[in-house]
Amino acid sequence: MSLFTTSIPGPQPVAQVAKDIIRRGLIVGPLLLIVGGSIWGLAGLSSTAYGIGLVLVNFAMAAAFITYTSRISLGLLMVSVMFGFLIRLGLIFLAFWLAKDAGWMHPIALGMTIIVTHLGLLVWELRFVSASLAYPGLKPKKSKFGKSSWNFRKQKGDSKVEILDERETKESVKND
Amino acid sequence: MSLTATIIAQAAQVLDKAGQQTANAATGAGFAYGLAAIGPGIGIGYLVGQAVQAMARQPESAGQVQTTMFLGIAFTEALALLGFVVFIMLKFV
Repeated sequence: MSLFTTSIPGPQPVAQVAKDIIRRGLIVGPLLLIVGGSIWGLAGLSSTAYGIGLVLVNFAMAAAFITYTSRISLGLLMVSVMFGFLIRLGLIFLAFWLAKDAGWMHPIALGMTIIVTHLGLLVWELRFVSASLAYPGLKPKKSKFGKSSWNFRKQKGDSKVEILDERETKESVKND
Repeated sequence: MSLTATIIAQAAQVLDKAGQQTANAATGAGFAYGLAAIGPGIGIGYLVGQAVQAMARQPESAGQVQTTMFLGIAFTEALALLGFVVFIMLKFV
């Protein structure tokens, strides 16, 4: 077994995380557009939209590189991440270079949007990432009835649960 | 060495003050973007190297390692983006 032949089959949590980041980006996008537009005017509005688009495409491309290559081999994953970094930086530069002379471009608005959106979305996403082997991607959503099915059973009046509750209470009294 | 000094001296004579400022800004912008990309490059290389090693040693934890790796890459990349923004500020503002 080597790095060049080992691959990671199965579901890829990176794609799930990237999709979630993009979803959050689309949620927070209108707010950023309002802020950009109110500070820098119409040019700021369009540049903010352009910046948000760049950041979301950047996340999507990073996840796509990792997801695709990790199914082939870990060596290719390393190569794709390193060259992917260069390619993505180059593409961001190219995207700015192509639009730098356009009337709707406001460089400060674009730069600020890229930094704020990138870091903001990452920090936001950190709250929803799970750090357990059972759920390697995102944390499972809370049940309608509370944190787990335990509360659901409790609400339905399951007698076993109540008995267990009594035992727990007695044990905790003993321990005290 | 003397040739370089001669070229710089001639360029200084040719360029007026505004031209020199533009040249300095362009040089600074280039350095800012270039140097800002080196650090994250090293960081991402180290991060991915360690993550790949972890996945090869423990394939059952690959999902968790991948998620952490992806977020780590994105955070490290933010440094390069900062350099890019500084480049924009120096060159185009």
